[in-house]
Amino acid sequence: MHSDNRSPLGLKLAAFGGLVFLLAPIALIFLYAFSTEEKSFQWPPPGYTLKWIGVTLGRKDVWEAMALSVKVAAISTSLALILGTLTAAAVARSKFFGRETISLLVILPIALPGIITGISLRSAFSLLDIPFSTWTIVLGHATFCIVIVYNNAVARFRRTSGALIDAAMDLGADGVQTFRLVILPNIATALLAGGMLAFALSFDEVIVTTFTAGNQTTLPIWMLEELVRPRQRPVTNVVAMAVVLVTVLPILAAYYLTKDGEHTAGSDK
Amino acid sequence: MTDAVTFQGVSRHFGSVKAVDEVDLSIRDGEFFAMLGPSGSGKTTCLRLIAGFEQPTAGHIAIFGERAEGVPPYLRNVNTVFQNYALFPHMNVRENVAFGLRVKGVGKAERSRAAEEALELVELSGYGDRRAGELSGGQRQRVALARALINKPRVVLLDEPLGALDLKLREQMQEELRKLQLALGLTFVFVTHDQDEALSMADRVAVFAEGKIQQIGTSEEIYRCPNTRFVADFVGSSNVLPADLAGVGDVGQWASLRPEDVVLDPAGREATVTGRFFHGRVTKLSLILAGQSLTALIPAREDTPDVGEAARISWDPARVHLMEREA
Repeated sequence: MHSDNRSPLGLKLAAFGGLVFLLAPIALIFLYAFSTEEKSFQWPPPGYTLKWIGVTLGRKDVWEAMALSVKVAAISTSLALILGTLTAAAVARSKFFGRETISLLVILPIALPGIITGISLRSAFSLLDIPFSTWTIVLGHATFCIVIVYNNAVARFRRTSGALIDAAMDLGADGVQTFRLVILPNIATALLAGGMLAFALSFDEVIVTTFTAGNQTTLPIWMLEELVRPRQRPVTNVVAMAVVLVTVLPILAAYYLTKDGEHTAGSDK
Repeated sequence: MTDAVTFQGVSRHFGSVKAVDEVDLSIRDGEFFAMLGPSGSGKTTCLRLIAGFEQPTAGHIAIFGERAEGVPPYLRNVNTVFQNYALFPHMNVRENVAFGLRVKGVGKAERSRAAEEALELVELSGYGDRRAGELSGGQRQRVALARALINKPRVVLLDEPLGALDLKLREQMQEELRKLQLALGLTFVFVTHDQDEALSMADRVAVFAEGKIQQIGTSEEIYRCPNTRFVADFVGSSNVLPADLAGVGDVGQWASLRPEDVVLDPAGREATVTGRFFHGRVTKLSLILAGQSLTALIPAREDTPDVGEAARISWDPARVHLMEREA
């Protein structure tokens, strides 16, 4: 067997090339956030400045879009945490007719192309005469947020031994106490991870939002519109940088939260 | 005196599966009661019926005279030591043990003190700050016991509590459990598939098969006078013989003869030796007598015939137990 630090040069180059291919565009976005040229992307940037950060902070439309995005992501995530956890509990804890079907149906929205979800929601809204509002966007986002929370929660429920719940009830804890003192602490990290992931996905969602937003502007939609305007281009880059930070950090946190605890809680086998 | 637990015609059916089928049972106050049987015989379901995790599909259960059907587990004065201990992984030992008091709203200082007391009882003082994951199997077992005892239950249910321990530790825990039960004067209901464990620890044993109780009695009664072939065979592997061959009873009845009651006797009947196994204390002989296979345990100091040779054997007819039922 050969050890890791002796991999062939070709393989090293390929890995390096892959990383450059994946990360260089992101690095460029960061770079152009500090460019002095505001009308086009020039290589190399003619000069560097911090003024765009100030300009961005001063633009009302950015703040409005940001506020809407945060609001939508927060509501969708909260909704998903409640509904996703309950569904996961039902599917993992009890056996009933059609359980596997429900499990599949819950996961389906994430397999479905966003454009299908978007179109179907839009036609449903117009059929039912529902005017576009924050809530229509929330509905669209909740479809995939629920799946994320559900997937995290169901895995943890399956790893948490049912005997723990029996033990809590046996020792005198009623349903609410059992949930608060035993179930919740055991699934908390999974919910936190699922919630963060859901928040990040909702925050940068474009396709479903396009169909369910009407003429409201979430942050990603704002960026899309901004790209066709000729002036103050680096502002978009500053916003992009902020979005990267807001979405990457929760995803990293989610990764570390679910990485540990591979053992089944409450069982010795 | 009111019995600790009574079952009246209790059944628990899962669809067409009769996990527990028309069981009548009374467990006396202060008794060490064992439920013995192979897996799937209904003994664990009976335990879960007492704990309240299952509800009977028919019949009545009473705990100290009070009707138990429909009463949820958390309202029963009964606590369980679970098979794999089911310690809460997010709590340390003290929090685990004190859980029962915490949900009752007992203050922190008071429950810490009570937990320490309970840990002392199971000889684990000073382990309060450890995590369940840092303990050995035997220690977890003790924590589970302390956790069940802290609510001062009148009935303690133990579901194969020693199954995961190695032989030596198991024997030690058997003794300690028995001592603790006598000292506290509590009713222990103990589920096991290990007949040695049941016979050596319990005041009375109920032998389960296929959802029904085959026999209830003291260890001696069960061992000496098994009333069905199943009990004779499951408890201490008996020779089940036609009664006329055993020399008692009538044709058509069946008799149980313990292997250790078969003796080598020059004046006895002739059997053929088909197997010979030296076990140290005893030599186990597999024999064929009049077409019937038979096992004998002969003290090791005696000379035994070799495989293929003839052995003359006999037994004291008083040692033969005639069974009431064949099944």
